Amino acid sequence: MADADGVEIPEVDSVSGSGVPIRGNDIDTDQIIPARFMKVVTFDGLGEFAFFDLRFDEDDEQKDHPFNEERFQDSSVMVVNSNFGCGSSREHAPQALMRWGIDAIIGESFAEIFAGNCLALGIPTVTADAETIEELQDWVDENPDGDLEIDVEAETVTYGSETIDVTVDDAQRKALVEGVWDTTALMKSNAAAVRDTARELPYVEADAIPEAE
Amino acid sequence: MSEGTLYDKVWDRHKVTTLPTGQDQLFVGLHLIHEVTSPQAFGMLRERDLEVAYPELTHATVDHIVPTADQSRPYEEDAAEEMMSELERNVREAGIDFSDPDSGDQGIVHVVGPEQGLTQPGKTIVCGDSHTSTHGAFGALAFGIGTSQIRDVLATGTLAFEKQKVRKIEVDGELGDGVGAKDVILEIIRRLGTEGGVGYVYEYAGSAIESLGMEGRMSICNMSIEGGARAGYVNPDETTYEWLEETDYFRENPEKFEELKPYWESIRSDDDAEYDDVVRIDADELEPVVTWGTTPGQGIGITDPIPEPEALPADKQDTARRAQEHMRVEPGETMAGYDIDVAFLGSCTNARLPDLRRAARIVEGREVHDDVRALVVPGSQRVQKAAEEEGLKDVFEAAGFEWRNAGCSMCLGMNEDQLEGDEACASSSNRNFVGRQGSKDGRTVLMNPRMVAAAAITGEVTDVRELPEAEVTA
Repeated sequence: MADADGVEIPEVDSVSGSGVPIRGNDIDTDQIIPARFMKVVTFDGLGEFAFFDLRFDEDDEQKDHPFNEERFQDSSVMVVNSNFGCGSSREHAPQALMRWGIDAIIGESFAEIFAGNCLALGIPTVTADAETIEELQDWVDENPDGDLEIDVEAETVTYGSETIDVTVDDAQRKALVEGVWDTTALMKSNAAAVRDTARELPYVEADAIPEAE
Repeated sequence: MSEGTLYDKVWDRHKVTTLPTGQDQLFVGLHLIHEVTSPQAFGMLRERDLEVAYPELTHATVDHIVPTADQSRPYEEDAAEEMMSELERNVREAGIDFSDPDSGDQGIVHVVGPEQGLTQPGKTIVCGDSHTSTHGAFGALAFGIGTSQIRDVLATGTLAFEKQKVRKIEVDGELGDGVGAKDVILEIIRRLGTEGGVGYVYEYAGSAIESLGMEGRMSICNMSIEGGARAGYVNPDETTYEWLEETDYFRENPEKFEELKPYWESIRSDDDAEYDDVVRIDADELEPVVTWGTTPGQGIGITDPIPEPEALPADKQDTARRAQEHMRVEPGETMAGYDIDVAFLGSCTNARLPDLRRAARIVEGREVHDDVRALVVPGSQRVQKAAEEEGLKDVFEAAGFEWRNAGCSMCLGMNEDQLEGDEACASSSNRNFVGRQGSKDGRTVLMNPRMVAAAAITGEVTDVRELPEAEVTA
């Protein structure tokens, strides 16, 4: 839907594409995008630095990593394990993944701030149990060109001849399916109620509250 | 569902409405910003022709990229200078207060807010930094957000958020000598896991928490996120109020102190509050905790053996094996005696005045080991100045520590303070992730500030309780 400021917010009711398995629990956002690549004032160009230290050695020679493999270069659905995206709140992490080509992530569990940052970019973070994830990672490994289709609304993933149930957090599902995941304009439309809330808080000084527009 | 907790009460007071997604729109009482995660958000505002809605409830400082040695402008590193200039432009255009280095008030954002009295009980506080949970030590509801959410807060003064569950963590008893707040939180994360707090806010309670000063409570709340909990808090009490009274805001507005106190009292968790979960920890049992691995949950008492990966739950074994390989540690051994190359005293976890005092007491009359590079990076310019005035700088420098200017520094290696090659670092910071301190082969051992001081002296991880008495030099 187009919001009040004319920003076009697409509905994300499904995502499909080939997969890439990123194995390991507790993959933190320092690994997804090392801090030294954050010395920038825009997110442009972060894609090439995704998982940089896992992909390259000190001499910039490639190491074994799915993001380096030719067969995964067109992948858009990442399949990860548990507590993915823990640590620093840096939105640079999902921004780097998105700019590399990732449109959706399926995993056993996600760190909260990371999942929130993904939602703000329209990237679903879909969960399933450990066993299902492992099967999915194996399938993706064997079928690098095979499509995975994530139906966000129905909470299913279809791959090969299988369709499995997955979980999408309620608020995330609504936000994506209804195209209200970019919340700025939505919340701005409640400005009068926001001012009322502020006036009721004893610590907010009256002159800190803006006049009605 | 929890009921009658501080979390429930603060949430209700700040809730504007429920959004169509089912999330609540929450009013933000204090928005802290810094140079790394905010410039893109200001860029998004410009793209959409939006202004900052509540500039007076927004406060900026510079911490992540600021050099801690030579701070003359322009900064030697172009990228750092560009980020600083961008922040200066953004705060100037929006009319946002900025604790910059020239003000004498600059520092790590989570040190600056509390020392100026911006951090108060019953506020909602957000910042584009996961350690925003620190401010929960004052009974605020404080959490880290991403850059798109910073845009939301700048543009609307609010945030879309889902209510979480509340887990009470009761730490009763007395902490022994050499055991501090850092050990309590490392133990909590060790027991509950790095993802154990996902979906929860942590309420820290019990006699051991109540007897801590504000800096100790901040160290604990600071690392809530390392246990997966986005926010953690301690109910405000006399200790909190004593701190607040001494801050700029309440010195300048003493009438506000009396005016706000009933509000602070009213948001304390009720005695009969209901929690979604309760965990109890015996403070008497704790000893200094150090990490042996590459997540903050891979911690261990200083006299305990490093676990065999096979003895851990199935889903932890792979991570443990990789961590032990990276750290080059052997299961069955203790961490005591692990050689270190660098000692780092700093970060938003442990760089406040009492942290530096405790470490200085260990260092006094001793010398940093020949093979160790040791540095102290105070949490803020005010901490730095106070420490210099009471002679702590002299103590550290006499022992061979470098005394630096305030910033995040080697906690995350975004300025020139970084590990090199496979150096091992005894660190008072919060994350031992691979590559965190600037070198992907670097090895980080997290510990409390006194333990860092002890390691700096002996050149290896050392039980500070067993450090021989310093020879007092005449």
